[in-house]
Amino acid sequence: MEESNNNFEPRIIAFVCNWCTYAGADLTGTSRIKYATNVEIVRFPCTGRIDFMLLLKAFAGGADGIIVSGCHPNDCHYTSGNFHARRRWIVFRNILNFLGIDVQRIRFSWVSAAEGAKWADIVNDTVKEIRELGPYTEYKKVANYLDEEADSHE
Amino acid sequence: MNKLQERATDLLKGGTVKLIIGFEQGNNKIRPFFCEKPEDAEKLIYSDDCSTNNAVYLTKKELIGDNKIAIIATYKEIASIIQLNKENQIKKENLMVLTVDKDGDVTELTSFEEMEKFCEENTPAPDPVVAALIEKIDKMNREERWAYWKSELDKCIRCYACRAACPLCYCNRCISEVNCPQWLDPWKSTLSNIEWQINRVMHMSGRCTGCGACAKACPLDLPIGILTKKMSTDIKEMLGEGEGGNVLSTFNPNDKENFIH
Amino acid sequence: MEKYIIKTEQIDAWLKRIIESVPRVLAPVSSGTKTEFRRIKSPEEVNNKSLTTTVSAKAAAFPPVETLFKYQKDGKDTTLTEDSFDKYPETVLWHARSCDAMGFSPLSAIFDWDYKDNIYDERRNKLTIVTFACNQSDECCFCTSVGGGPGNVEGSDIQLTMLNATDTLVEVMTEKGQKLVALLPDIFQPLSEEVDKEAVLAKIPVQFTKEEIKEHVSNAFDSPVWKRQSARCLGCGACAFVCPTCACFDIQEDAHGNHGRRLRCWDACGFSLFTQHTSGYNPRPTQATRWRQRILHKFSYMPERLGVYGCTGCGRCSRACPVDMNLQEHLISIANSNHE
Repeated sequence: MEESNNNFEPRIIAFVCNWCTYAGADLTGTSRIKYATNVEIVRFPCTGRIDFMLLLKAFAGGADGIIVSGCHPNDCHYTSGNFHARRRWIVFRNILNFLGIDVQRIRFSWVSAAEGAKWADIVNDTVKEIRELGPYTEYKKVANYLDEEADSHE
Repeated sequence: MNKLQERATDLLKGGTVKLIIGFEQGNNKIRPFFCEKPEDAEKLIYSDDCSTNNAVYLTKKELIGDNKIAIIATYKEIASIIQLNKENQIKKENLMVLTVDKDGDVTELTSFEEMEKFCEENTPAPDPVVAALIEKIDKMNREERWAYWKSELDKCIRCYACRAACPLCYCNRCISEVNCPQWLDPWKSTLSNIEWQINRVMHMSGRCTGCGACAKACPLDLPIGILTKKMSTDIKEMLGEGEGGNVLSTFNPNDKENFIH
Repeated sequence: MEKYIIKTEQIDAWLKRIIESVPRVLAPVSSGTKTEFRRIKSPEEVNNKSLTTTVSAKAAAFPPVETLFKYQKDGKDTTLTEDSFDKYPETVLWHARSCDAMGFSPLSAIFDWDYKDNIYDERRNKLTIVTFACNQSDECCFCTSVGGGPGNVEGSDIQLTMLNATDTLVEVMTEKGQKLVALLPDIFQPLSEEVDKEAVLAKIPVQFTKEEIKEHVSNAFDSPVWKRQSARCLGCGACAFVCPTCACFDIQEDAHGNHGRRLRCWDACGFSLFTQHTSGYNPRPTQATRWRQRILHKFSYMPERLGVYGCTGCGRCSRACPVDMNLQEHLISIANSNHE
């Protein structure tokens, strides 16, 4: 956690939908496009299915950055899942920002199954950005409440 | 006896209602009062100074059962009843809503249209303390905001008084009680205290009527009421004035944002 | 017991010495509208005017959450590690009240009732309690009705009583207390003549006796009083969490794959989930039955089984309650009622 930003390797968790972004990321691979290896992908049936708590759990579990990505508006496999998701993120991002949680560390995007190159760009950009921001130490510290001397909380 | 007490006596004597939920003078503060007997009606008072929002009792089956009841309502109760009705939590035929005007006259609001009209005409002025605190936090930079909330919410002892006092927190099983998966650590910790408030606010988004009962219930006086307040204001701004109710169970294909690329 | 007189203005110098010598000093610190026991680094942080803190002092020996042991799974082997007792610091609880000090006796009775709870005992043994006798009270205080009082010394290692603007009476009850006096012995003058401590204490009228309450509630299991009193209760845990004697806890697992820890954390009998069975059956299905449990536990079961009452009359529950469930008021009505 104490690495200097130069050799700090960000840990990025990506929550993506099965039908667009996951397929897009597959295309990145089959197209042999090289991109940063810092991302761990979690596949969901739909962005509408991504509970906001999962994003918080990712940070608590040690993620330095998060990518949330799904089908472009009007392209949802289930017609409206991404519209629901978009609303949720508008509200959620706002409350996180008010609480002082670093919303710059969460990248929201639409990546279709045909956009293999865009996926690579998004991952590379995010890694670059998070590398500049450094590890999300302040959140990890709060998440490790029980590790600290319990009596110091009083 | 004043007009309210007379009306209450009549309602209970005639058997029109089994129970009247109102207010009585407690120990240095106004508190909720459950009036079941005509002879107790003289304890009833009308006040909008009660920190509790009595609409919270309308979803408690063990208290009201299938009986016809009356509630003596201020703006807070009526706004919550309207929202509870939208969420199908009110049996209107079993509920009589009574208000008292400044002359002490008792009026029954018989329809939701009347209740909506009452709320439009009686909207209280925004609390200047709440508004000032929101403004102060909005002006902070991110690190300052994080430090502020971390230190405030670290004090939370997780008594869930905020949940218990909210008329719209009526879930039979709250997310804080779900343990498969365990979304929130059930013990006091800074992170789960913050996560709990995020959940409360997310689940309240668009539904919160801004009565402030959550904040007033907090034994530690934590500024949690401004979270829901801020959310209500911002939702109107972000999703449009016309949006109300549970904004997260619906959508608009034209919703605007500037952060999804 | 030994009695001394100390100049009131010298108390801070003594506290400063205590802070330098003892790893953890907890004292009432104000922030916003509330005052709580917090770890202090200097005497200036203490709010000397506070009547009581919102949350009781019990956390000094029974924290809201604590690790019982850690575990690590490695193939078929599981290793358990308990924390070393060195982890629990020697602690001075400064500027507590008589009702705070009294609260540790029911807590100890519960934690050492059958199984001796090492962790609690260790924390309790490392705790030295310095109380300040109350010269003020509020409408929620009823310590005198449950056997305590504004100058009660039960549970205190030292009690200070401000006699007048310049002098403070120091009553040292225990060896632990003597050790604190020994940190700055020169400022303590032996008491030359008897002082009237009672005269400066707050006057808190006796409203009932705890024995009276016990007799009434022990025969009132099926009384309608519970439903009547609890009607407005919202079912939150505020009263239990601020109470100096409420010891109900939950055992939780902080699991992370092959490792984790077992925790003990505060729980409250007012929560509907407290007695809910896995099957869905709940033996205390209504708030009335949960309220009854709260009162009976404190005023009937505990004195019967442990010989100690579960209430010190501090009034914290009444102050914390969002709907003014005033315990004193309810107890007076129980004491004056007639349950066959």
